[in-house]
Order: sequence, then C-alpha cells, then structure tokens
Amino acid sequence: MSANQNIGLLTNRSKVVSVKKMTFMERIYFPAIIKGFGITFSHLFKKKVTIQYPEVKRPIAEIYRGKHVLKRDDEGRERCTACGLCALACPAEAITMVAAERKPDEMHLYREEKYASVYEINNLRCIFCGLCEEACPKEAIFLTNTIVPSNYERSDFIYGKDVLVEPVDHRVDVSKRQTPEVLNFKKDKNQSHNI
Amino acid sequence: MDGNYIIYKFVLASVILLISLVVAMYATLLERKIAGFFQDRLGPNRAGIYGIFQPLADGLKLFFKEEFMPGSADKFLYILGPSLTMMIALLTSAVIPWGDSLIFNGVEYSLQVADINVGVLYVFAILSIGVYGIMIGGWASNNKYALIGAVRAASQMISYELAMSMAIIAIVMMSGTLSLSEIVNQQHGFNWNIWYQPLGFVLFIVCAFAECNRAPFDLPECETELIGGYHTEYSSMKLGFYLFAEYINMFISSAMIATLYFGGYNFPFMDDLGLSHNALTIIGFFVFFLKISFFGFVFMWVRWTLPRFRYDQLMRLGWKNLLPLALVNVIITGFFIMLKHHS
Repeated sequence: MSANQNIGLLTNRSKVVSVKKMTFMERIYFPAIIKGFGITFSHLFKKKVTIQYPEVKRPIAEIYRGKHVLKRDDEGRERCTACGLCALACPAEAITMVAAERKPDEMHLYREEKYASVYEINNLRCIFCGLCEEACPKEAIFLTNTIVPSNYERSDFIYGKDVLVEPVDHRVDVSKRQTPEVLNFKKDKNQSHNI
Repeated sequence: MDGNYIIYKFVLASVILLISLVVAMYATLLERKIAGFFQDRLGPNRAGIYGIFQPLADGLKLFFKEEFMPGSADKFLYILGPSLTMMIALLTSAVIPWGDSLIFNGVEYSLQVADINVGVLYVFAILSIGVYGIMIGGWASNNKYALIGAVRAASQMISYELAMSMAIIAIVMMSGTLSLSEIVNQQHGFNWNIWYQPLGFVLFIVCAFAECNRAPFDLPECETELIGGYHTEYSSMKLGFYLFAEYINMFISSAMIATLYFGGYNFPFMDDLGLSHNALTIIGFFVFFLKISFFGFVFMWVRWTLPRFRYDQLMRLGWKNLLPLALVNVIITGFFIMLKHHS
C-alpha cells in the first residue's frame, strides 16, 4: 500500500464502513442464522480450553512470583534482620514484623544480632510485585513459584513465620530468581533506578 | 369407569409428571454442558462423572437459599406467581400423545393421559394462561424491573400467540381435527406434516421460542436491561420454580413441535419391521423422545448462537413479518386443500 493511500488511516487494518441498504437475503435474516448455527456447531467438536485445575496444573515460569519464602543461610540461620525495608517497600502494606534482639544462646538460629520474632504477610493484601525481595538487603525474602492456595477463613491467609521460613532440611531453591546477572545488577548502584 | 381404569390413568399421569420433572431437571445440566461446549469449555463436571449430580446439587442449593420476600410485596400473589407458572407448565403434558397404545389381555391402554378432541385448543389455552404466572409474579414483586419484565412477557405472548395459532390453523385445516392423537395418527410412517408445512414449521418454532421466553426472545428476563426481569425479587425455591418451569415449557414445546410437524411417535418404515403392536409402541415412545431431545438441543443451540432481539425488533418481527406470513401460509394451505378436493 502506498503512502498516499494511508493518509488519514492510523493502521493498515482499518476497514471502510458502508451504510448500504441490506439485500433481500440479508433482510430475511435466515441465511445468516444458518451460518451462525454452523459456526456454533463446529465449536462442539473443537478442543476445549479448560484446564482441569487440581488434577492438571498449568505450567508456570520458574521465576514466577508466588508465595514468599524467608531464606536461611548456609548454616541454617535465618537471614532476616527485621530491618523493615520490605514492609516499607511493600505498596500493598501487606508485611508486618516485630523485631527482637538475639540472645547469646540463639547464635545458631539467627544470623544477625537483631531478628524478626514475628513476621507476617497478609496474602489477601499482597499483590506479588516482588518489591520486598528487591528491597531486602540481606537476601532473606524471595518469591517462589508456588501458588498461595485458597482458604475458607480470611485469617488463614495471614502467613506467619511458621509458613514463611524455609525448613532447614527442605531448602527452597530461589536460584532462578537470583541469577548472577540479577545479583550483579542489584549490586550496581548506578542501575538502581531501573530495578 | 372401573377401578382398573382409574389406576391405569393415575399411574400414567404420575409417570408422565415424573418424566417431565426429571427431563426438565437434566435439561438444566444439558443446557450448561452445551453452553460450555459451544464456548469451548467443558461445562459442569465435578458433581459425579460428567456432572450428573449437578441438577441435584443445584436443587439442593435452591432449597437452602434464604427465602426472601420484599416488604412491599403482595404476599398472596407473590407466592401464587411461581406456583401458577409451575402448575401450568405441567398441565400441558396431559394431552400430548407420548406413544401409541399398549395392549394387555385384550385391553388397550393408550399412552395419552387425556385424549380430548380439542387437544390443540387446550394446549393453546394453557400456554396463554402461562403468562399469568409471570405477570402476577412481576406485579406482586413491586419492583420496576419485575413489572417491566412482566409487561414485556404479556405483550410478547399476545403478539406471538397470533402467529403461532395461525401456523397451527394450517395444520388443523390439513388434518381436519383438533385432537392431537388424531393429528399424530395421520402422520403415520414418514408422512410427516413438515413435508407439507415447511413455512408453518418455521413460523411455529420461532413463535415457540418466543412463547417459552427463550433466547433470542428472552426479553422478559433480559439480564442486561432488567436484572432478572419478572423474577428479580425471587429467591430460593420460588426462583427455582420459575427457572424450572422454563425448562418444562421447553420440553413441552419440543414435544409439541415433534407432535405437530414431525409425526410424534411415528417413524419411517415402521410397518415394514414386522414387529408386534406393543413393540412398535415402545420403539415409538423412544423415537418420540429422540425427537424431543433433538428439539431441546435446538432450543439450546439457538440460545447460544443468536443475540437477543431489541424490543421494537421483537414486536416488528411478530406483527409485521410472522403474522402476515402465517396468514399467507393459511391461504396457500386452503388453496391446495381446495385443489385436492376438486381434482
């Protein structure tokens, strides 16, 4: 199509609308109805798009932003230091925490001197944006590719440390959300406005 | 009128009532299934395999729903509305010939509850009363949407009844009787009325959609404009009655279409099979149900294919297109009957 013909058209998909009178065949409406019947009938035999959820699960990306996890370090100590940056970063204000001081006999439990004695995420408020993960200076909180399941009570959606902290013997792999590139990118202060 | 006769009629009436209810129940499931298939979905399939317990679950749910009645509603009429709709929907099945007759010990048992000689008239009388249930319900709700829906239902029913009756008159002229069993018997074998009355059939089926308040003529309930139309203020089993009556009406309409135009329980080559009278009757009964199921499917097929008419379009179609066509059909039929008689 030459440039001249395109004058006045914003896209090349626009159609010329006509207001011509309908022909007799169009006015009696029946041919169109029969055609419509054909179209709907053909859909009876088409492949169904339904995914039968609990039995069949749709594949989700490895970097999916789902349920949160509070990571432990290599020695099994909780990384979180209850700085509150995640709660500050959270646009939905879904995170609350109570900080506590580590006792001398808790050295093996918490990495830093200060830790979160209570850490709660309200998953009804959470929008799974991942800003908490981004804000965390201790690489303690990550989003995982598991889905927050439905529940009957609103209170059951508030996840405490018992759900969020990863078990020592059952580590959650977050390497996909924390590639070296991402790590380097995060360390680069010049790029921080892009994150 | 001996005791045997009364028992036989009672059993027959109960069986037909039961069949109507069960068919209507499963029509709701079928409707949802077919709607799903037409939209590339699966439809309900969680309650039992293929969702066969879905109608039971739906019914149970309706029973346990809160029984709500608007404070300003007319209590008596509010309850009368759905009851009347349900009762009238079930009344029509009495005159439909579900099959020929069964002969036991030399006694003939007809599979028609009441073979009244004005069967066609009876069906139309009952169908016309059907709108009272909707009208009363819509009026008693004391809600503007319900009232608009009720008024729409009334005017739609009146408009389409004319064309429908005219289409039927052509059939009555041809067969010379108002008795449904007689009309069916005249269509023996493959001598169905559809071959003589194709235009009449099209008119009848269009009017049947309108009379059942089915899409594309579901303006009385019209969710987009009137929330739920005449049943806006209804809940629980009263709403269930309205919805259920719609499916019973659909079933009865399909039965009427099959009876009047597609030979009822007659099927091609029925005389060449060499079967006994009773066997033929039983096969005929199932053939009749096959025909009804097909037209039930057509009802759903239309619903999920055609968009709803606008109200002025509906009135124009009824008065300016269907009624004149029906009159022309009557004249043409009369002309051919005259030719046949004089040749």
